[in-house]
Amino acid sequence: MIADVLTVIWKEFKELLPLREIRTGVIPRLGIPIFVLGVLLPLQFGKEWATSPITLLSWIWLPPFLVTSLVADSFAGERERHTMETLLASRLSDDAILFGKIGATVCYGCGVAFVGMLVGLVTINLAYGGGELLMYSADTALIATVVSILVTLLIASVGVLISLRAPTVRHAQQTLSIGFIILWFAIIYGVQAIPVEFRKHLTEILITVGETNVILCTVIFLILIDIFFTMMAKIRFKRPRLILD
Amino acid sequence: MDVKRTAIQTLNLTRNFGPLRAVDNLSLEVETGTVFGFLGPNGAGKTTTIRLLLGLLEPTAGRAEVLGFDTQKQADKIRSKVGVLLEHDGLYERMSAEDNLEFYARIWRMTNAERQTRKRELLMHLGLWERRKEVVKTWSRGMKRKLALARTLLHRPQLLFLDEPTAGLDPVAKVMLHEDLKSIVEREGVTIFLTTHNLAEAEKLCGKIGLISRGKLVAVGSPDELRLKTGRIQVEIVGKGFREEVLALLKVRKEVESVNLRGDHLLVELRDEEDIAPLVSLMVNAGVEVEEVRKASLEETFFKLLEREL
Repeated sequence: MIADVLTVIWKEFKELLPLREIRTGVIPRLGIPIFVLGVLLPLQFGKEWATSPITLLSWIWLPPFLVTSLVADSFAGERERHTMETLLASRLSDDAILFGKIGATVCYGCGVAFVGMLVGLVTINLAYGGGELLMYSADTALIATVVSILVTLLIASVGVLISLRAPTVRHAQQTLSIGFIILWFAIIYGVQAIPVEFRKHLTEILITVGETNVILCTVIFLILIDIFFTMMAKIRFKRPRLILD
Repeated sequence: MDVKRTAIQTLNLTRNFGPLRAVDNLSLEVETGTVFGFLGPNGAGKTTTIRLLLGLLEPTAGRAEVLGFDTQKQADKIRSKVGVLLEHDGLYERMSAEDNLEFYARIWRMTNAERQTRKRELLMHLGLWERRKEVVKTWSRGMKRKLALARTLLHRPQLLFLDEPTAGLDPVAKVMLHEDLKSIVEREGVTIFLTTHNLAEAEKLCGKIGLISRGKLVAVGSPDELRLKTGRIQVEIVGKGFREEVLALLKVRKEVESVNLRGDHLLVELRDEEDIAPLVSLMVNAGVEVEEVRKASLEETFFKLLEREL
């Protein structure tokens, strides 16, 4: 099973980053995000890049942003390009195909973010180090890595679920985009809609509970929601249903 | 079921899509080591049958076994032993030809050494070796089809499902693919289940043919057996000098049912699957200049059988 998942990931990367297509593949998918996260932002923030909360947010925010368009293509693209049926007629199990697709998406998003953050360290040390070694704190690195993986996994499993149902890549991308717009507006207006008193009360509770516990609860919540959507995708992934779609 | 002799066996296999019955009580057997042609017009149920045999669709009724495995309970075992070339090539066009084969070779869990050897062997055989590093999207339809055939054969499957293998190819590419298929069958000794609506292709490649129309199996047999099922075997002789006395000589022969002259085409209907050679020599001795002798095409047989069914 692991070998089969790795085989699917290998294929996804071959399609995602065709080495012969530097301008249309490697530069937009690797070069630009690594440049933004590893050079542009650190140079703007200076020394503070190593300690700023913006770094943490960038690290968590970039992978889901990167994988949104990619994940829409996962199954809808196979269907659109008529490669799906041949893949389904192979000896690969349902789980190997599904987890291979999700795995490739998460590896790409988190991998690019991780490399970008490492390049960022090199950049600030070269530009602002002045003999002193600038590093991210262990807490920041750990929280950013874990949360970014979980958030990316969430986007990947929701995206795969949508891609499984979508007749075309464009349809899947539109559904995902609309979904995100609704989600963002729901969060913004939802927070505004909470009465001020209740918001204060909530903040006090969070302070009482403590930063570590809040992060731990967030991680547990993300794990549960990841499991839920991955299982949904697993239930949806049935060969006969995919053939008939 | 005798697993060694029967590669495919279906019993009253049926598949409905809502009110439409795509496959209707299909019962057939395909012997190991043969090329079986599944012939029918568009929408006859050929592709649905392949999907049922691969376990990609579940039957509404009936059952099927492929290589001794039940299509509903052991579909994964079937898929691990067969090669499939569907109507669409199923190639990843942004990847190179070599990477396309590499992906499927990894799926089949071939060792690195096996993968390299087999890829080279197949690409050399199909004349694609020199272009293996090229991205597939730049290739012609014929080259893509050949590559898809190479992918189908990578893991030396015991049974091949070929769904319209020459669909969309130009006549030259068709002939070349036929030759490739023939030589591969001879070299690798596989069983082939081939669907087509091209009658000439079926006649050229298949030892046995099943005619399907509206999901129903209309007839099964070798091309000659199918011709016999329409009644008499008809032979068309093209030439000059079909005089009255020659026609009279033919009419009294016991193997000849009827003789019909249309210009320089003589249609002779035989009573049984007789050898035509004695009749041809009789005509030549009587002074007829014979230019061409051909049996009724499978096309005529096909339409007669379909008419009978309708």
